[in-house]
Amino acid sequence: MVEAVIRVVGLGKSYSTAAGLFPALREVDLSIETGEFVAIMGPSGSGKSTFMNLLGCLDTPSSGDYFLVGSRVADLDRDQLAALRNRSIGFVFQGFNLLPRMTLEDNVALPLVYAGVERAQRRERARQELARVGLADYAGSLPSRISGGQQQRVAIARALVNSPRLILADEPTGNLDSHTSEEIMTLFAALNRGGISIVLVTHEPDIAAYAARQVRFRDGRIVSDLPTPAQALTAC
Amino acid sequence: MLKAMLGEAWQAMGANRMRSVLTMLGMVIGVGSVVMMMAIGQGAQYAVAQTIRSMGSNLYIVISGSTSAGGLRSGGGGGPTLTIADAEAIAELDGVSNVAPVQQGTQQLVYGANNWSSTVVGTTPPYVDARAWTIVSGYPFGDSDVRAATRVALIGQTAADNLFGNDDPLGKTIRIRQSPFVIVGVLGKKGQNLDGRDQDDTVIIPLTTAQRKVFGNPFPGSVRLIMVQANTAEAMPAVEKQMTALLRQRHRLREGQDNDFYLRNLAAAADSAAETTRVMSVLLGAIASVSLLVGGIGIMNIMLVSVTERTREIGIRMAIGTRQKDILAQFLLEALMISVAGCLVGLVLGVGGALLTNALTDMVIVISGSSILVAFGVAAGIGIFFGYYPAHRAAALDPIEALRHQ
Repeated sequence: MVEAVIRVVGLGKSYSTAAGLFPALREVDLSIETGEFVAIMGPSGSGKSTFMNLLGCLDTPSSGDYFLVGSRVADLDRDQLAALRNRSIGFVFQGFNLLPRMTLEDNVALPLVYAGVERAQRRERARQELARVGLADYAGSLPSRISGGQQQRVAIARALVNSPRLILADEPTGNLDSHTSEEIMTLFAALNRGGISIVLVTHEPDIAAYAARQVRFRDGRIVSDLPTPAQALTAC
Repeated sequence: MLKAMLGEAWQAMGANRMRSVLTMLGMVIGVGSVVMMMAIGQGAQYAVAQTIRSMGSNLYIVISGSTSAGGLRSGGGGGPTLTIADAEAIAELDGVSNVAPVQQGTQQLVYGANNWSSTVVGTTPPYVDARAWTIVSGYPFGDSDVRAATRVALIGQTAADNLFGNDDPLGKTIRIRQSPFVIVGVLGKKGQNLDGRDQDDTVIIPLTTAQRKVFGNPFPGSVRLIMVQANTAEAMPAVEKQMTALLRQRHRLREGQDNDFYLRNLAAAADSAAETTRVMSVLLGAIASVSLLVGGIGIMNIMLVSVTERTREIGIRMAIGTRQKDILAQFLLEALMISVAGCLVGLVLGVGGALLTNALTDMVIVISGSSILVAFGVAAGIGIFFGYYPAHRAAALDPIEALRHQ
């Protein structure tokens, strides 16, 4: 059995507020195997964003353990976490989060800069990833010159450029119309079939239907963890 | 990675061109004024050093004591306490290179229909070396001239110009107090001394001739002053001590009795003049440095604004795996780039300004490689010092907060 991409044991996170300690996440246990496509659902305030931040190594848990591709995240310092994010995780955000002053190619190549990849190789790989998302012709454009859906594709190309094991997508279709959303989700589904594990946060059931497994959060706890019904899966 | 970072820093500067240029302006003015002030300050130091060198180095002047007659006291040099024999004895001391007894005064020089009042110095050959005189034509008189009291003279440029105009003074005969003197040598130009007196308005003749024919001397063998030159600046204190002891012994002064001569250290006067200009140039530099400081604060200010504006960008970078030290390096590099670019422009303007000052006034300027290096180093230091705090703030941002920032 291959090591799970994500293994979470008794994970908890509390924030100190004026009213005292607020537990955003309590005692969460979850395992995600290589190649899985998981949708995280739940109303706002259910703890799903906190959970995603912890999965993305952007935040540290208050209690419990998180193993990402076998390494215990609590044992790593900030630099090691950065290296882990750089190599193992691709982030896709709701707001695309491209750097506005850089060309699309440079945006896609940015993670490679911090991975210490040579310039010529950076260019080549960035162009490859842009071609994979169907935007090879726009390599030299600035993000402001293309549409939201295209920007999200570039963001996905950036997430893929360092060949990560895992993609964390936080409401990736939240700013897109339904047609474009469908395109983006089809792209995710294709990537997943290629072997990349994907964890997707969404509150839209038809977006979640692209994932094979749906995990629901409420009040900082997992309330359900079910495979997506068969007829919904066939929709893609 | 450094290349990529440089490229990004360049891009960041270009993205806000007006702001970058205005920020740089602080450094431009700061570096420009430091370079210019240092050029002027060092120029002044150089000019003073030149003047000091022209007076002769490591010199002591021993002046004979005063006399009093009927309650009327003469000034220094009035009494006949110093003798030529004293001078000869001093010459035997260790560390003394030149000793010249001197009798000098102002006399009217006459050549044909021209006449001119000038300082006449009666002395011995070592005087020429002690005062660092050069002979541009002819030759200096020798010891035999002093022994035989010949009527020969060395003439300074100012006196020569006024008596001879464009004629060559060499071999011509001038009159001092009715006595004819043959010009055997013409002295090189020296310019003013520290008191502002023209050193070139002079005539040098043998001491014996001066005492017999020009000044007269009621006390044979005595002189008003003796010029003593030490080998090195380091030897001066020892020479001073030995000289004082020797003269006291020779003059048979008892313990507790005042000296019957005065010792004047010309080097001390030169040192104080050099110190004055040094302080002046340090002050000028300090004032100019204030504008460098202001420039540095300007850089810090803009970098803080830039960090705030780019918080979200920093968050994105952190999410894709940028380490804290890379963020720090990135912002430091930007601050450094602005300050070094400002420094380069400032150098050009400062050097240009100094050259312009030199062209428009007769001020001496010295532009040294070291002052340019210092300006450059200081600019880089300011970039790092004032860039560090904003860069540190950027690197310390919480990635989640930064990503949420609008």
